Amino acid sequence: MTEENIVPKRGVALWTQITIFAFLVGLLALVGIGLQRAQKPMAEFNQPVPDFDIFYYEGYEYNNTPKMKLSDFQGKVVLVNIWASWCKPCEQEAPELQEAWQFYKEGGQVVFVGVDYVDTPIGAKQYLTKFNITFPNAPDLQSSISSILNRNMGVPESYVIDRQGILRSVKIGPFASVNEIKAFVDAWLE
Amino acid sequence: MKKYLSLVLFLFVFVSLFTSVAFAQETTPTDNQVNAIAKQLFCPVCQNTPLDVCPTEACRQWRELIRQMLSEGKTEAEILQYFEDQYGPRVRQEPPRAGFSWLAYIIPLLVIAAGVFFLFRALKGWTKAPVAESASGGVRNDVSKKVSAQDDYVVRLEDELKKRK
Repeated sequence: MTEENIVPKRGVALWTQITIFAFLVGLLALVGIGLQRAQKPMAEFNQPVPDFDIFYYEGYEYNNTPKMKLSDFQGKVVLVNIWASWCKPCEQEAPELQEAWQFYKEGGQVVFVGVDYVDTPIGAKQYLTKFNITFPNAPDLQSSISSILNRNMGVPESYVIDRQGILRSVKIGPFASVNEIKAFVDAWLE
Repeated sequence: MKKYLSLVLFLFVFVSLFTSVAFAQETTPTDNQVNAIAKQLFCPVCQNTPLDVCPTEACRQWRELIRQMLSEGKTEAEILQYFEDQYGPRVRQEPPRAGFSWLAYIIPLLVIAAGVFFLFRALKGWTKAPVAESASGGVRNDVSKKVSAQDDYVVRLEDELKKRK
């Protein structure tokens, strides 16, 4: 390197460099901690589903209990169906889900839980009335349930959780028939 | 007398007509009133689309909900709070002024403050340099001695120049 290539530069004071570096490291640490706190646990296949609260719509409670946890269903097979009143594909499967619920309801071994994703209470009530749905249904308050279960953040999606609370199956999109729902659930009833 | 009576009747009809219009305006919020709140919220389904311009059915329902709440006499703050409680803080355009979200407000201020500080320092340096240059001539060696104390490069440059002389 020749002398001509040397460019004079004004040095930044050491304390300034240290301060800037410390500030950036602190900021990154703060963002990292914040993101870690904000991140909720997600359900994984063949793993226990992280517990969540269910606040049922009035008239759609399970055993007249307005508030429950997923863990309260231990010992039963749970089908969680995520839907919304503005979702057209959800309307395709709604009658089939109700028919399947009528089939399983008396046995007491299977529970259907509808989870209403980012919906208005009026829209939800109209939808539930329109399709004569009677199985337990709850709003997805602050997306707390879908953030644990819903992988694609789309509707409709359905999940089967076995008697031990382990996530076993996921169905993305609407069910085509009652038989498909039965096959989806029965595999985990044994 | 008959004349007065018809005048009173006319006034009564006229006034009642206007009050009914005013009443209708109070109970049925306009699209502008609804959109004033809707634009502070994001569509729950699409990414980063304000609620007031989103064409989805979900957003149409939300706007209707805002209209209904307004007609029930709810304030803007109450409606926004309802949506936050129901659907989470992510639906608000403005991050909540609490916890981790404070960073969204603090960091830009810190960055601006740092920028001002460094700009001030740089300006100070630029204004000093011409003074040193203007003091050339008889005192040139004194000036270069002062500068050289701060900068090795200047020392080397001065040496090279001396050698060439």
